[in-house]
Amino acid sequence: MTRVIAGPFNRVEGDLEVALDIQDGVIARAEVTTTLYRGFEQLLSGRPGLDALVIAPRICGICSVSQSIAAAAALRNLAGGLAAPNGYVAANIAHAAENIADHLTHFYLFFMPDFARAEYARRSWFEQAATRFKAVSGSGSAAFLPRRRRLLEVMGIIAGKWPHSLAFQPGGTTRAIDVGERVQLAAILGELQVFLEETVFGVSLDEILAMETPAELSSYAERARGDFPFFLTIAADLGLESMGRGPGPLLSFGAYHDANGSFFERGVASAGGALAPLDVAAISEDATCAWFAPTSADPALAETLPEAEKENAYSWAKAPRLSGRPAEVGAAARLAVSGHPLVAALIAEGGATSVRTRIVARLLEAAILVHASQGWCRQLRLKEEFCAHFALPDDAAAAGLVEAARGALGHWVGLSEGRISHYQIIAPTTWNFSPRDAAGVPGPLESALSGLDTGGLGAKSAALQHVIRSFDPCMVCTAH
Amino acid sequence: MTNLLWLQAGSCGGCTMSVLDHGARGWVRELQNFGINLLWHPSLSEESGEEAIAILDDVAAGRTPLDFLCIEGSILRGPNGTGLYNRLAGTGRTMLSWVRELAPLADHCIAVGTCAAYGGVHAAQPDPAEASGLQYEGSILGGVLGPDFRARSGLPVINVAGCAPHPGWIMETLAALQMGDFDESDLDRLGRPKFFAKTLAHHGCERNEYYEFKASAEKLSDLGCLMEHLGCKATQAVGDCNQRSWNGGGSCTHGGFSCVACTSPAFEQTEDFLKTPKVGGIPVGLPLDMPKAWFVALAALSKSATPDRVRQNATSDRVVRDPRRGGHDE
Ligand code: SF4
Ligand code: SF4
Repeated sequence: MTRVIAGPFNRVEGDLEVALDIQDGVIARAEVTTTLYRGFEQLLSGRPGLDALVIAPRICGICSVSQSIAAAAALRNLAGGLAAPNGYVAANIAHAAENIADHLTHFYLFFMPDFARAEYARRSWFEQAATRFKAVSGSGSAAFLPRRRRLLEVMGIIAGKWPHSLAFQPGGTTRAIDVGERVQLAAILGELQVFLEETVFGVSLDEILAMETPAELSSYAERARGDFPFFLTIAADLGLESMGRGPGPLLSFGAYHDANGSFFERGVASAGGALAPLDVAAISEDATCAWFAPTSADPALAETLPEAEKENAYSWAKAPRLSGRPAEVGAAARLAVSGHPLVAALIAEGGATSVRTRIVARLLEAAILVHASQGWCRQLRLKEEFCAHFALPDDAAAAGLVEAARGALGHWVGLSEGRISHYQIIAPTTWNFSPRDAAGVPGPLESALSGLDTGGLGAKSAALQHVIRSFDPCMVCTAH
Repeated sequence: MTNLLWLQAGSCGGCTMSVLDHGARGWVRELQNFGINLLWHPSLSEESGEEAIAILDDVAAGRTPLDFLCIEGSILRGPNGTGLYNRLAGTGRTMLSWVRELAPLADHCIAVGTCAAYGGVHAAQPDPAEASGLQYEGSILGGVLGPDFRARSGLPVINVAGCAPHPGWIMETLAALQMGDFDESDLDRLGRPKFFAKTLAHHGCERNEYYEFKASAEKLSDLGCLMEHLGCKATQAVGDCNQRSWNGGGSCTHGGFSCVACTSPAFEQTEDFLKTPKVGGIPVGLPLDMPKAWFVALAALSKSATPDRVRQNATSDRVVRDPRRGGHDE
């Protein structure tokens, strides 16, 4: 048995280290370490409630809109208020734009470059992978980045600026969109659709949205030309459908909310596909292996106070649990919980999530969101208000539960005499990259890595990179 | 080619996310256009683990010349000055020690964003991580590199402030340094490049007409000036936010919310960001270079001359009254 410390893992957000015990080339045990702690929960405590809208988004520059809308939702729930209908819709369009940008950035800049590593030089697809996806020099990023830039113009229109906008308020969004701006939004989304159809998918969005079975996915992969079918070819050759299996269950808080519910549903899915409602009270956080002082497991009561010298601790992340068990979050979980037939079938087929399902789910979601945003854009009632106005109570407690691109994001907030008395955040990557809990149960990535064959390459193996990056981790969110 | 090494310390990654918005064929190619080679960037480079550490070791040992060192994020000194709150993964070392070792080796040392410049949001009270900027702690010269620090070029740390900074501020700073046409006189008194810090964020705001007439927004989403009631600090913060615009045409005040002075040291210490502190009904934070008596006199005068159009639109979320001759009710 050899122990190696792997890191830094770049092309993930923030700093990640993984300790691996390797036996005959196979990972026997993985310990995932988040190496950065900034103390957002302490920064938030004691401030006036609305200051969360300035501080909380700055947890993460990649999903700042998600953090904003989680904070805004928590404050809105504290007040028992409702946002203006247009406010929900405009926030959803901006949030979808951030998430689409995130999914495609992950695909083009973070994940695919690993297939251009020298380790794969003898594969039939290597030449093409290197030309298209080589980190920094590949043609894929040159094609994608200008599209990303154009997509983020949605933020200029709805949110003023990105990242770190104050447009997302408990009552809605701060800028009323006019007729001309709606046209601009539609134009941006239309251009993005063309990029997806011509470059990413190689077929029409309608065709992607209609796919329901693994057989349809395979036949599409054989006939279409584009970056997604190319990924599917590589995935089939490398067996990515059985690599990096998640332990389940899958959790989603539901995404793109309005006053009546959410576009993607809230709930829990088992690896076999059984759906169940989410019991929010069953969410806890265990700090046994985290460098934090012992505290309540209930996020509505817990504190986050560092204890750098703690014995047996190995991460700045706590271990979130659902009914005492780890859960996987992300696009695959979101679509499975929402009953997406293809994602559900892929998970059922393999009995678990895998590197392939996670990537497939992200790209499918990008297609779904472009389509949905086009609808939301038409739904805006331009003669009506975008922002409702109500005061926050002085004493109350509530949670804001939303989905970031990487999965379930919750802000648990308490106010006392108008000031924040309590703020706890559980971020998506905290679920996925959780350390062990008091019972020694590993987090989802830790279990997805155990049993992985590194082909004698140890920490350098591309497989290790694929499994880790398939979760699209965001370490700055994780310990915050 | 000139080598650029980019490291993320206590950051949110937002500065990288911002600069990726630059360049017609992507930021990396934009850098190449200017002869800048990205030696390693945590979000973009292929090299991971040992390969990445080897790049850093080569720089530290002087085997690879370092032209630009860009640091994104606050330097965390906690707990108790150890820096353990932020280790560079896989190296067993703190970012604090890496930065102290690498900064003196670079021709230019660039703090990307307000965190690296002045400490940023992580330094807000109670400052749990002991966050600092590279050469400033808030507005106090010093930081983790010390007041006398000079990069090999002789320049102090260049502070591309902003939370996040505009992509153009980052890229143009790098390109200007590369073109050699940039010296200490191009920095303001807090180390910010003057090309974006020579004006106030207020200049060019589409609400300037409302400002002139002191026709003020009363709630977020109103069109009026945000200074009197809603905490707008753009008359006290540097930046060309409203002149160059963000994300294809936006800005904070265009988006309907106030400037929180994110380019300023200690912006994070503000409380009640979207409320204007006042004494005797007069805002405490007046425009940087305006005597209070003048402000009060001018405000009274201009309020009395406010056209109806401006007054009515100021408290609406859209233009309810178009421009017309005379400006007052007939
Ligand atoms: S809203 Fe702010 S930036 Fe705009 S005019 Fe008023 S004070 Fe100036
Ligand atoms: S307007 Fe103010 S808060 Fe907004 S980006 Fe500019 S300086 Fe920062």
